Amino acid sequence: MVYCNRFNFLFLLQWETLCSRWCLITSHKLYSSVYDPNEKTFEKLLIANRGEIACRVIKTCKKMGIKTVAIHSDVDANAVHVKMADEAVCVGPAPTSKSYLNMDAIMEVIRKTRAQAVHPGYGFLSENKEFARRLASEGVTFIGPDTHAIQAMGDKIESKLLAKNAKVNTIPGFDGVVKDADEAVRIAREIGYPVMIKASAGGGGKGMRIAWDDEETREGFRFSSQEAASSFGDDRLLIEKFIDNPRHIEIQVLADKHGNALWLNERECSIQRRNQKVVEEAPSTFLDPETRRAMGEQAVALARAVKYSSAGTVEFLVDSSKNFYFLEMNTRLQVEHPVTECITGLDLVQEMIRVAKGYPLRHKQADIPINGWAVECRVYAEDPYKSFGLPSIGKLSQYQEPLHVPSVRVDSGIQQGSDISIYYDPMISKLITYGSNRAEALKRMEEALDNYVIRGVAHNISLLREVIIHPRFVRGDISTKFLPEVYPDGFKGHKLTDLERRQLLATAASLYVAEQLRSQRFLGTPRIPIAVSKRRSWDLSVHLGDGIYPVAVSKDGSSFSRISRNASGETSIQFLGTVYKLQILTKVAAELSKYMPEKAAEDTSSILRSPMPGTVVAVSVKPGDMVSEGQEICVIEAMKMQNSMIAAKTGKVKAVHCKAGDTVGEEDLLVELE
Amino acid sequence: MNMTCLWNTDVLTLGWTLVRIRRSSRVLSVTRGLILSLVLQNSPFSELQIVFTVHSFTTDDLTVATEYPGDSVVTGRGRINGRLAYVFSQDFTVFGGSLSGAHAQKICKIMDQAAMVGAPVIGLNDSGGARIQEGVESLAGYADIFLRNVLCSGVIPQISLIMGPCAGGAVYSPALTDFTFMVKDTSYLFITGPDVVKSVTNEDVTQEQLGGAKTHTAVSGVAHRAFENDIDALLNLREFFNYLPLSNRDPAPVCECHDPSDRLVPELDTIVPSESTKAYDMLDIIHSIVDEREFFEIMPTYARNIVVGFARMNGRTVGIVGNQPKVASGCLDINSSVKGARFVRFCDAFNIPLITFVDVPGFLPGTAQEYGGIIRHGAKLLFAFAEATVPKITVITRKAYGGAYDVMSSKHLRGDVNYAWPTAEVAVMGAKGAVQIIFRGKEANAEEEYVDKFANPFPAAMRGFVDDIIQPSTTRTRICHDLDVLASKSQSSPWKKHANIPL
Repeated sequence: MVYCNRFNFLFLLQWETLCSRWCLITSHKLYSSVYDPNEKTFEKLLIANRGEIACRVIKTCKKMGIKTVAIHSDVDANAVHVKMADEAVCVGPAPTSKSYLNMDAIMEVIRKTRAQAVHPGYGFLSENKEFARRLASEGVTFIGPDTHAIQAMGDKIESKLLAKNAKVNTIPGFDGVVKDADEAVRIAREIGYPVMIKASAGGGGKGMRIAWDDEETREGFRFSSQEAASSFGDDRLLIEKFIDNPRHIEIQVLADKHGNALWLNERECSIQRRNQKVVEEAPSTFLDPETRRAMGEQAVALARAVKYSSAGTVEFLVDSSKNFYFLEMNTRLQVEHPVTECITGLDLVQEMIRVAKGYPLRHKQADIPINGWAVECRVYAEDPYKSFGLPSIGKLSQYQEPLHVPSVRVDSGIQQGSDISIYYDPMISKLITYGSNRAEALKRMEEALDNYVIRGVAHNISLLREVIIHPRFVRGDISTKFLPEVYPDGFKGHKLTDLERRQLLATAASLYVAEQLRSQRFLGTPRIPIAVSKRRSWDLSVHLGDGIYPVAVSKDGSSFSRISRNASGETSIQFLGTVYKLQILTKVAAELSKYMPEKAAEDTSSILRSPMPGTVVAVSVKPGDMVSEGQEICVIEAMKMQNSMIAAKTGKVKAVHCKAGDTVGEEDLLVELE
Repeated sequence: MNMTCLWNTDVLTLGWTLVRIRRSSRVLSVTRGLILSLVLQNSPFSELQIVFTVHSFTTDDLTVATEYPGDSVVTGRGRINGRLAYVFSQDFTVFGGSLSGAHAQKICKIMDQAAMVGAPVIGLNDSGGARIQEGVESLAGYADIFLRNVLCSGVIPQISLIMGPCAGGAVYSPALTDFTFMVKDTSYLFITGPDVVKSVTNEDVTQEQLGGAKTHTAVSGVAHRAFENDIDALLNLREFFNYLPLSNRDPAPVCECHDPSDRLVPELDTIVPSESTKAYDMLDIIHSIVDEREFFEIMPTYARNIVVGFARMNGRTVGIVGNQPKVASGCLDINSSVKGARFVRFCDAFNIPLITFVDVPGFLPGTAQEYGGIIRHGAKLLFAFAEATVPKITVITRKAYGGAYDVMSSKHLRGDVNYAWPTAEVAVMGAKGAVQIIFRGKEANAEEEYVDKFANPFPAAMRGFVDDIIQPSTTRTRICHDLDVLASKSQSSPWKKHANIPL
């Protein structure tokens, strides 16, 4: 039995709406580098991007006194980056190929607004040499490295050769174009399994497959070349030794046009799902000063070798004996750059703009400190219970960033009411916390995640919170396999301890009683007086997960957030990051529920529903076809990832509700079997 | 035996219940007494006429050996969240809940008292129909109840909750009450059961298809909402009861409110899509404006192109009517007009202010609608809005075209406060159609010109048909303030016996 002392509830500021513009400005406080107002800079800068990174760049521009031009697609007309910029121009309809990747339209905007420079952010045109070339031909400054460096580092094969020449450690593998599946198998055998097959022009985990035998090599070759063709328009592949259980550690470099180059320490980005980063931190718990210096010096050597200017990132795989191998170099600002800014105090965007304007770096290598510890969590609109995160779309009906927690920085480009659409990356924000040591930074992250209010879309806060409190993570014992190793059966949410369960039950029950008592309080003086029988104690029965728990609430209290309730007593409460569904009834109602007829469950093996919103790429069956269990029925593409949908049982196809090219929503019916 | 005391404690109630359940052949459904304890929750129930047992059977052959004190209905009064309510509950375990003279008289007595006192009547219906053994006595009983349903209509709220099969005469009393709720899979309403249907029209139909909760909430529109099971239904009934005033003499109840009345709702600024042909969900607007996102929707699965239901604004009950652009573009057709009209009249009768969200492209054209009498049925909604004297606040979110603009609580129909969002288009018709009629396709830029001139809120605002063009995020604040002012509104229509709504 659980007793609650008081009816004291912290309804997490549920009804407060803060002006999000204010949030965005005040959130931007965790770097200290001062700007010299007498240094001449660009007058007007265009940001060829959207979302949080566009907002991030605009903030630095405002600080430097540079006017900003935002570009946007139709659906982004009311986006935060559009509101923040001094000018905004629409460049086309929602699909990225017609808007944010539409070079002709963007060039036109540059001419019209007379922007002197373009910051490309990350993704989109940030590593597009053609774009950089066109800008240069019109005399507009591209804030990033020159075309040569983008081209050299953008091609995996060329970059690896360059790295070898610059005496950077590289992974053993085959450097060249793979012609067909048979050749892929031959090469794979030479290198020795496991091998990784990836698109030569790729990045961000797309077009990348790992193969442990010949069969998987053939399949991986097919998938990777398809995805490479659809995402990058270039089906060249390379095969290399796959390093088992590696850490992903990258070095931030900063170089100017005068031959100066610095390394700004490392970022540990090992917590990944599907080769995409989720939690990042700086510095890494794993590196000692010697390894850090060796990696930093190799990174700088590579930057010098390609005459790199601007900020860039050299990614390494580090094995358990601290051997490190060059992976690739990203010639742009990284998503996770804030953690480096936190520990070094530099504003990377500001440095990029200065370098692009032609100024030499203001710092020496010895000036680059590691001050404290910073952790970044990528908050995504996705359902973490489905393969660690499948995209979810919708409108943010409530949104509030945890900016009242000390030393928290939130980089976001959305606000309450924003739409998370199928057209763009489902990232909601980057949540960064800072502390004098790792424990402090993690403690603040926990608090920040608990206080983050996101309603209207599924989000991965429960997964993030579990990761950062997991003993292995806290020890620093991580690798890129962390998620599949820790959650072999998929992420299931927080496992309650007995004490936590009691806290949850007590709170839920108290909320229920408070609601019941509140519904007896009417204002005004009614014609027929209200007569409420005094009730000092309540016997309740709470249904949580598979258990039913008796709870007694007496009139004679923890921080929770109630998500929803209804008259049937169904309540959802967010507790320790995870949303729990409970049903609370009075004991009498619970006793009587036994007499209610059971509802037959829907047979889901004969219907195939879309697990996420996306586009149907191919449908391999038609009504009347026989399919066997495990056979591919159709392929759904979402966020440029192809997902093969398979039959859950053997049977005849009854109806097909989708065709190639259709846009489908989550849980939409695709195919029915008989 | 003094059974009244039995009702006063939960434990004994449960005991009494279990006795009844055991006596019942249908163990699945919860029976009467306990049900009352669920509805009233811990507030004492005063049962009336417990030993009333006149079984006036016509022939000895048909007499049942046992006499049941109180016959097949439990009646009495109690309090729901402290507020008085009269309740009757038919007991299927006694003579199949059939209606006898005594049964009818018990119901009539509480209805008379409820009308006198001014408190709602809740009926929990589970009756097989007339008790054939009593003949005309039972038919007279029905008529007595019908008469009281009609006399009480508009005086006290009457709610029916159908908890089992109800056939024959038993279905008309629920139909006369203000709201009829059903239980999914276990409750039915039909004039005649499947057997009779088979013999008369040769149709093969199951009970569920003929008169189940799904049929009545989605197809016929007889029931206003269906719930998962008996308990769920009773818990929702409690919730629903809190929205209602006790009678037409009482104002809409005001609850303690934890949602600030001056809360801004920024998502409303972007909720209406930029293309005027694109749909959005009116429920999103309603949920974000009302207190604590709580909206008790009436008829959520019937005529879904109009949304009606109860919510609170700063604690005060309001009735909400909104066109639903997500379904059939939110047009008005026969079913949605009738659904809207009945809801508006209920709110008007019981002093519940009306808030109307307008996004309507017009009435649905076509032979099906014209043959079905859309003119007559559409007129009902017009009639209801025009006749209503409760506070009426209207927000035009997007389209307000043609006659449908007039109908949807316009300024011309005594609307108290009419707002338009900047996205509003108040015009006789959409640009495409209008240009075709005016220029017959000869003018090239006519469509753009029309959009500039007419497809915006300014013409209406300049003529005073719209009081203000407001920032959508301020809608909640505005409405809350308006309701405070309009609480003392008093408006009357000319004396009449009653109006003649086009039925």
